[in-house]
Amino acid sequence: MNTVAALKHRFFDWFIQPRAPETGVIVLVQRRVYILPTRLGLVFAAVMLMMLLGAINYLLSLGFVLTFLLVAMAFNGMLFTFRNLARLHVSGGRTQPVFAGHTAQFTLHLSNLAEQARYAVGLSRERRGGDDSAFTDIPAKSTAQISIGVPAVRRGKLRPGRLTLFTRYPLGLYNAWSVVQPDMQCLVYPRPAPPGVPLPAAEAAQGLGASHGLGQEDFAGLRPYHLGDPPRHIAWKAAARGQGLYTKQFTGQAASEIWLAWDQLPPRMDSEEKLSRLTRWVLDADAQHLNYGLRLPGKVVPMASGDAHRERCLEVLALHDLPDLDNEADGDA
Amino acid sequence: MLNPAPAISLGNTLSLILAFALVAAPHTEHLPLWLSALAGAMCLWRAYLARMRLALPARWLLMLVVIASAAAIYLQYRTLFGRDAGVALLVLMISLKLMETRTQRDGMVLAFISYFLVLTNFFYTQSILTALYLLGCVWLITAAMIGLQHTHEPARYRAQWRLQLRTSAVMLAQSVPLMVVFFFLFPRVQGPLWGMPSDAFAGVTGLSDNMSPGTINKLVFSEEVALRAEFSGKVPPPNKLYWRGPVLLDFDGKTWTAPPRPFLNRIDLQRRADPAYYRVTIEPHNRRWLFALDIPGLLPPRTSITADHLLMSQTPVTSRMRYDISSYLDYGIGADSNELTLRRALQLPRGFNPQTLELGQQLRAQHADNDAIVTAALALLREQKFTYTVEPPLLGRHSVDEFLFNTRAGFCEHFSSAFVVLMRAAGVPARVVTGYLGGEYNALGNYLIVRQSDAHAWTEVWMEKRGWVRVDPTNAISPARADGGLAAALPESALLSRSVFSSRNPLLHRWAMTWDSLANSWNQTVLGYNLETQRALLYRAGFDGDTLRTLAAMLIGATILVTLLLALATLRQRRRSREPVLAAYQTFCEKMAKVGIARGDAEGPQDFATRIAVTRPELAHATDAITRLYVSLRYQEEEENNNKNKYLQQLQQHIKALPA
Repeated sequence: MNTVAALKHRFFDWFIQPRAPETGVIVLVQRRVYILPTRLGLVFAAVMLMMLLGAINYLLSLGFVLTFLLVAMAFNGMLFTFRNLARLHVSGGRTQPVFAGHTAQFTLHLSNLAEQARYAVGLSRERRGGDDSAFTDIPAKSTAQISIGVPAVRRGKLRPGRLTLFTRYPLGLYNAWSVVQPDMQCLVYPRPAPPGVPLPAAEAAQGLGASHGLGQEDFAGLRPYHLGDPPRHIAWKAAARGQGLYTKQFTGQAASEIWLAWDQLPPRMDSEEKLSRLTRWVLDADAQHLNYGLRLPGKVVPMASGDAHRERCLEVLALHDLPDLDNEADGDA
Repeated sequence: MLNPAPAISLGNTLSLILAFALVAAPHTEHLPLWLSALAGAMCLWRAYLARMRLALPARWLLMLVVIASAAAIYLQYRTLFGRDAGVALLVLMISLKLMETRTQRDGMVLAFISYFLVLTNFFYTQSILTALYLLGCVWLITAAMIGLQHTHEPARYRAQWRLQLRTSAVMLAQSVPLMVVFFFLFPRVQGPLWGMPSDAFAGVTGLSDNMSPGTINKLVFSEEVALRAEFSGKVPPPNKLYWRGPVLLDFDGKTWTAPPRPFLNRIDLQRRADPAYYRVTIEPHNRRWLFALDIPGLLPPRTSITADHLLMSQTPVTSRMRYDISSYLDYGIGADSNELTLRRALQLPRGFNPQTLELGQQLRAQHADNDAIVTAALALLREQKFTYTVEPPLLGRHSVDEFLFNTRAGFCEHFSSAFVVLMRAAGVPARVVTGYLGGEYNALGNYLIVRQSDAHAWTEVWMEKRGWVRVDPTNAISPARADGGLAAALPESALLSRSVFSSRNPLLHRWAMTWDSLANSWNQTVLGYNLETQRALLYRAGFDGDTLRTLAAMLIGATILVTLLLALATLRQRRRSREPVLAAYQTFCEKMAKVGIARGDAEGPQDFATRIAVTRPELAHATDAITRLYVSLRYQEEEENNNKNKYLQQLQQHIKALPA
């Protein structure tokens, strides 16, 4: 018995659902599109049966005509529903990274090469279309986008898994569906720790060319401008005199160049907590326009600032110590 | 299925209301006025609530209305299960369901019940016009159903409506072939499956098995068709067109009744000329008797004939029925009638019509034989200036006396009744025969239409050796009745009905005849299709034996065939309809594969181009151009249309220029 169940499972796996993420454009070939009556379809069938019995009992010739016309239309509706989904071209779009605890949006591009428009095509993570369903219409020879939210529970790379494209148009009596597993992934940053933990103090002699005891309070002198220096520290008066760009240095400025380091954190924190804390710090440091670097066991992100730097840091945090199951090196994801 | 039921949109609400209102409209003719008004009010109220985006009424309020209305329907019809009460209940339920239609699923259920309501319209009429009207309703309901599947509020309602109506029309039109297959091949069974409600044939007009003054009179104004007859030869002259119906033997002073009569084992008939062959299509009247011209010879299958020569079906005629029959128009019947029958044909109630009895005895005394008595009586009627009228004066207890000696104005039922009483009083066995006289010839369809207004009553008297002889006393008063129908026998003002059929305007009349001919074809082919015609069709097609199995096989085969053809038409993949950009790039890849550089499954166009440039530097320039064009065409959607075409042409030219 077990073998039969296993075989059945294998069969469904092979027949209905793609086993691995599919790269490139997925074409919903006819073999991949399935169709079954909906519950309303069964209600319709029951109504048709009642009408047929009525026509027989009351000897209504036009009752037969009406019933048979509607039954034939329901047959035809099956073809229409099937056509509304079959041969749709599906490809995955880009994803925006999210923090754990938020919802990752996966967008599919649906292109309709047919001469008829397709209406009310739904996307859901449940096989028959669930609460999460999103719908779109795709005009003839055109493309549309459809997005679905997937809760991002853990940091790392999130794949949407098996998604169901389905439709009940035009009569609602049938549900046609096709399961796709587009090769998409969304980067999930660690969940930031609650705000309020102060940034670590500057460290001695660790930074690049750091001067000891620099702070923000007392002016200490000028140094040549480096890319990334905060604009409010530029010596604008000197610049106006045509002496070139200089950055003002203050004693007590050490806080503007800080290291966010794994080993600064108490050892009793578990690693996910540490990552959360570091994530919070990255966000805080970025918000204060500080120069910061990130030090994790086995990975160092050099001191810098700006959006790209923040994202780089967050990515490192997201992927820290995760087995890289996906061997694809895609730099731009 | 598992979807949260999406709320129903304004457009869909309005279209469902409209569809329901149109389907229910023909029912207003027989629904109680208050119910029609209630349904109309519900429609308007629901539309108003939807338009103003107001909340629907509370459920308890609707329940209250349901209970009150159901009680009112019960009081009106005294039942909740009959045909009329059922329809009333259905209309009530839908109009209240309208008031709690909130979600898409509610809307779908409403559409389903509306389909059912379409069916109930056929209880009352199945004419061509009804069929066309209701087809339009089905179109609308289906369009509303399609609207319910749309998931986005349309930007423009009119475009959306047009789309729904077009889709609905296409779907219905494509369903016609399969519907025809089902209609002709679905094995018909002999209904009814269960007992019909007693009012299933309420309102069916026609002759009954009794006659009192006024019975036939009330049929006179009915233009409803009783039967149509198609003669294989010449249509017999009007005075031979006596369609025999119930034979009334018993009289209680006021009402004539037809007692149950035994069936004849063999027709006792003296044939004097060749018979007329014809085919009768009789409208349902829910009685067992069938009509044939005096006197039927060869009987259709599953019919028999009574001792009074009345053709009887085995079951009540509840649907339009067709039979082939022959009649001997020159005949003799009942020469050897038994004593019992003859004695019954002499019975008169005691204490009625003393003057007539006296007159009868006088006639018996003055004349030697029955023949002479009949002639004398007819002469009497003719001489005494009787008037033929459809508005006879009311008669009292001695109805025949009053008619013969006072009012002297009456309709065929008065004449036949009085004549038979007079004959019986004179000792001549006599009986009243009801039926139809004449009919209108439709030259377009080559058939005779017999209407309820052709209803007639005449008499038969029994004579030694000759048997039962037809005597039509009405004819003695108004010979035009037999020759030209009722319209000819009466002054024009007497005909209250001003329908086109009785119109003397030739154009209108011609139009009416064309229409009836169309209706007749409709009746014969569509409405008349039943178990028997299905069998006959199969038999003519050469199938014999197990009809059920043959039909099932044919039905399945034809269904598969039609569905396949439809599927092919619907799902046909046109190679040319593939996106030209993709097709061009595919050609490029194929060409590259031929020169030894096959594109990998997951290789992007840029990577592929780089690889080509490395392996075949001489192709680098062309490849670069092609790739740039392809990428911009494929991934830049905001391009202007004419630019797109230009780029596409360039792409195709570049690819063509490549060495093959």
